[in-house]
Order: sequence, then structure tokens, then C-alpha cells
Amino acid sequence: MAGLRLDGLRKSFGSTEILKGVDLALADGEMLVIVGASGCGKSTLLRIVAGLETPTSGRVLIDGRDVTDLDPSARDVAMVFQNYALYPHMSVFENMAYGLKIRGLPRSEIRAKVDAASALLGLEALLERKPRQLSGGQRQRVAMGRAIVRDPKLFLFDEPLSNLDAKLRVQMRGEIRRLQRRLKVTSLYVTHDQVEAMTLGDRLLVMHQGVPVQLATPTEVFERPADTYVAGFIGSPAMNLLPGILGRNGTMVRVADTDIDLGLRRFDRPDGHPVILGIRPEHVRPDASGMTWPVEVVEHLGSEMLVHAGRPGDASLTLKTANGAAVSDTIQVAFPAAHLHIFDQATGLRIKA
Amino acid sequence: MERRTLFPGRLLPALLIMPQLVLTVVFFLWPAIQAIKSSLEREDAFGTSTEFVGLDNFADLFADPLYLAAIGRTAVFCACVTAASMGVALVLAVLADTEIRGRAFYRTMLIWPYAVAPAMAAVLWVLMFHPQIGLVGAWLNRIGIAWDYKLDGTQAMALVILAAAWKQISYNFIFFLAGLQAIPKTIIEAARIDGARGFRRFRTILLPLLMPTVYFLLVVDLVYAAFDTFATVYAVNGGGPGQSTQTLVLKVYLDGVVNANVGSSSAQSVVLMAGVIVLCALQFRFLGRKAAT
Repeated sequence: MAGLRLDGLRKSFGSTEILKGVDLALADGEMLVIVGASGCGKSTLLRIVAGLETPTSGRVLIDGRDVTDLDPSARDVAMVFQNYALYPHMSVFENMAYGLKIRGLPRSEIRAKVDAASALLGLEALLERKPRQLSGGQRQRVAMGRAIVRDPKLFLFDEPLSNLDAKLRVQMRGEIRRLQRRLKVTSLYVTHDQVEAMTLGDRLLVMHQGVPVQLATPTEVFERPADTYVAGFIGSPAMNLLPGILGRNGTMVRVADTDIDLGLRRFDRPDGHPVILGIRPEHVRPDASGMTWPVEVVEHLGSEMLVHAGRPGDASLTLKTANGAAVSDTIQVAFPAAHLHIFDQATGLRIKA
Repeated sequence: MERRTLFPGRLLPALLIMPQLVLTVVFFLWPAIQAIKSSLEREDAFGTSTEFVGLDNFADLFADPLYLAAIGRTAVFCACVTAASMGVALVLAVLADTEIRGRAFYRTMLIWPYAVAPAMAAVLWVLMFHPQIGLVGAWLNRIGIAWDYKLDGTQAMALVILAAAWKQISYNFIFFLAGLQAIPKTIIEAARIDGARGFRRFRTILLPLLMPTVYFLLVVDLVYAAFDTFATVYAVNGGGPGQSTQTLVLKVYLDGVVNANVGSSSAQSVVLMAGVIVLCALQFRFLGRKAAT
């Protein structure tokens, strides 16, 4: 087991810069999830760590050893691919044994390792099958098994669950988490799915256009997003972001002629500073004495409803409520001070109280 | 769902397939029937009378040591042409599949020989290997190797194999390259991460995944070498010296057209036809298997 360190990693394809300087350190046994929209550079980052791409500049250190210029085979990493990448002409056993065979392990040792891994993953009955005779979930398990038998220094996951159906995805998500905890292998997990990101990672790295924007625990990222991008990306439905102006010595934000009190917190910016007020849909509270918004669409989710409100050509507001009586052509809402996030309008960065 | 266009009536469909049917009847069925008929007859030396002789022509054929020798010679020729053209094409395809600068140029250049007419290909090789005026041929003699494909049967065979194989490399190259590119990149990356490198990766991952292409090309190349190389072989040395490059197709032509032994030549044609049918059946089986996977 070992840690991973990335130093000033940059990567350009032609004139397009995909990674604009990534520094990262993973503790031994830690699981870090890299999350971001497609094209943010997260897969490229993973492939550089695997050795499938060479960085334009910067270094990759596994277990303190500089592996930047080493072939993937010399890095002692294992990777689980999105499409599983099983060898179609080999049986499940051969798929798992291949990496060990290449390393020249004796036959009996290979047998023992593959048996142990297949027992762990419930693949014992499938060892003689070919990949095409397996279901999606089984293929996924074989891909995991191929990584586990190698007993590598580092696990790399490249969106491994995105080809599975929703139910299986939830199940495999749990399995991956349990396995990783049990084997305590340092892992890097790339996904665009924020639920996977929130549930799997010890820590989360949110990437946006080749730049790491926030590195923190899932709770921290959810409760204190570093900027408006993270605020809008993590959480579903997305956080409401309303432009406003700071006032009353940084204790109030004026949004469309309504003064919204920020409670006991005081934000250190001059009055009149343009800010963005953030509040999650589940925190917006219907309140007869509150701000009035015209209702556009109501989505019924069963136990509660999702209300989309807004003035044409102006900011829109989404809220979650179980109180159907409060919803008509318009809705009056209040913004509880404790759940408000304040961001700088110019930079998008979070303003601390 | 399968899309089908249904034509009303019978006249239009019949008209639409007519050109192909006419071609098949005029250039295949009619000559084939003629050949079968002639193979059962014997014509006198002046072509004035014919008599029905049953299977005598076939019996004579398989009792003729010269014909049996031609079968062996053709087998060697086919095996060498197929092995050489597939081997070289596979190496070139693997090299052209890597990320190199200007690979589009290399690929185009490697496909060109396919567009060269067979007789022209033969002339190209003759000009290179001519013992007096050929660049390679003259050089071989200068360094003390007695090279003259017009005197030495083995050398003549080597030259026709070279010329015929060279023609087929392009075709094989296209299929091998397409086969290699159809292998998902992630499988190769998985193998890289598993630690497989170089020839071992090729042997354990790429080659097994390329086997459908290999089978397909094996049959196509055998058919090519056995039946489609007349122009190349004939243009190099006309089957000589002696009979040393006389393959079965050449022998049909020489016996029937040049030596006017119509009965024997027709019997040989019928034997060849049976060979083509067997190989084509094999080819369809492999094509079918390829489509099924």
C-alpha cells in the first residue's frame, strides 16, 4: 500500500490545455473521488497516473517514487475501465490470471490468488465462462477481480459504473466501497455522477476546465462549496444562485428589492458589493410574509414537490416543499439565514463570514 | 428491424436483376457447361470429329505424372504466396497501426500495389530481377550468385511467388489494419497496465483477436494464388523454364489453347472449378462466422 502525489501536472493536446496545473496528495489507503463535468480533464488526469498518457509537465509519485517516465507495466497500478476492457478471448479465470502470468508467478500461486479474489467477489461459479456470457454486473466484478489479484499499490477507477443500470449501480457502488475499505488500497476514482462522488470518497476533488476547484470531504464540499461552480454542480436539484447587493455593513443582501437578512454573520465586503446569494432548494421555506415569486412549473415527486418559480428574464428559484397549500400562481418564500451562502459576483468565490 | 422494399408485379424485379443474370449465364454458366461437355469428349488432332469418351479424360489426367507434378507445384506456390503476403502484410499493418507522423501517407502508399495490373506487376519484378538489365538481378550476378530465372526453375518459382505475393500484400494489409483498429483501445491499455509488452502482448492479445481476419484472408489468399495469378505468372516466364512455374491454371491454358488438347484441358477446368467451389464454400462459412460474432 502506498500514497500518491501529483506535482504541478499539466497536459496539453495541441494548443488545448486540458490540465492546468494539478497538485494532489493521497494518504495511504485513502479513496479520493475526482468529479466534474465531461471535458474537465478528470479522465486525462487518471490516465496520466496510470501511465497511458504522458504529462506535458509535472511529476507523478507513487509511494514516494517518481514514476512520471515509467511504462504502465512498471508502476504497479491496476485500473478498472468504463467498458470493463476484459479480454474477450479469455475465460474469467484467464482474465484475472493474465497480469500474474506476465509477472511470472508460479501456477499454484496464481490459482490461489484468483480463487481468493473470485471468492471475495462471488465469481467462483463463473471462472470458466467467457466475458460475452456474463451480465454487465458480472463483467464489472471480473474487472474488479483483475485489479484485486494484482495486489497493486494503487487502484484507478475510470467511471466504472456508468455502463450499469440504476439499480445495479447502487449495489456495485456499495460493493466497491466495502472492498476498498477492506483491502485498504489507495484509490483514485473518476466519475461525473455526484451521488457516486458523495458516497464513495473519503475526499472529493471537484475539477472544472482543467483546474481543481475544491478538495475536501464530501460533507465539506456540500456544506461549504468553494465557489459558484461547485455550488451548482454538487447537490440535486442544483443550488439556487441569485444575484444581489451586499448592504447594512455586510449583514444583508438585497435581491430584487427585497432585503434578505444574513442573521448574525457579517460578511467583510463594503456595502454595495455585488454578490451571489446561494441557497439549496430544500432550504427555501414557504412563508406568507416572505418574498413573492411567480410559479412556473410544479413537479410532484410523491411525498414532496419541486416548485420552479421565477420572473421572466430574471433569476429563477427552485424549492422543495411538502406544503402543497402554499403553492398557487405565486408563492411566498423566506430564506433562512443559517442556510445562505454568499459568493463574490466577480470571481464566483465563496465569501467567508 | 429489417427494411425491405417490395416491388409490385414481376416484370420490374426481373428487369432489375437481368443484367447480372445475363452476365452470369454468358460468362459463367454457358462456358462451364461447355467445359463439362468437352471434358467428356475427345477431339481428333484436326478438330474435325469428336467422340464421347466418358470419364477417360479424367482418368488420363490423374494418371499423368506431369499433371500430378503441377498439382504439387501449385500447392507449393499457393502456400508460399499466402504465407509471404499475409506475413508481410501483418507486420506492415502492426507498424502502420502505431501512432506515427504521416501515417496516412504510409497507409495510402501501402495500398497502391493493389491498383497495379497483374501483368504490370510481373513486368516490374522482371525488370528488377532481369539477370542482365535488372537492378537486383545484375547485382546478384556481380556478387557471384548465378542468378537467371530463365534458366533456373527454382529461381523462376521464387520470382513468380514474389510478384504474386507482392500484389496481394495491399489487400491483406487493408484487412489486417482494419482488424487491428477494430480492437478496442481500452483492451490494449488494460494489457499494458497488466504488464504485457511488445511481442508478448501481440501474441496473447492482438493476434487472438485478429484470428477471424486471419481465417478470412487465408481462404481469400488461397483462392487468389490458385486461380487469380495467371496473368502474373504468365507474364514473368510463361510457365517456364520447362514446366517449372506451370501452375494448374497455366496448364489449362497451355494444354487447351496452345496445344489444342481440348478434352484434357476441359477436364482440368472442371477439376479447378470443383476446387474453386470448395474454397468458396469455406470462405462463405468463415464470412458467415465473422458476421455472426
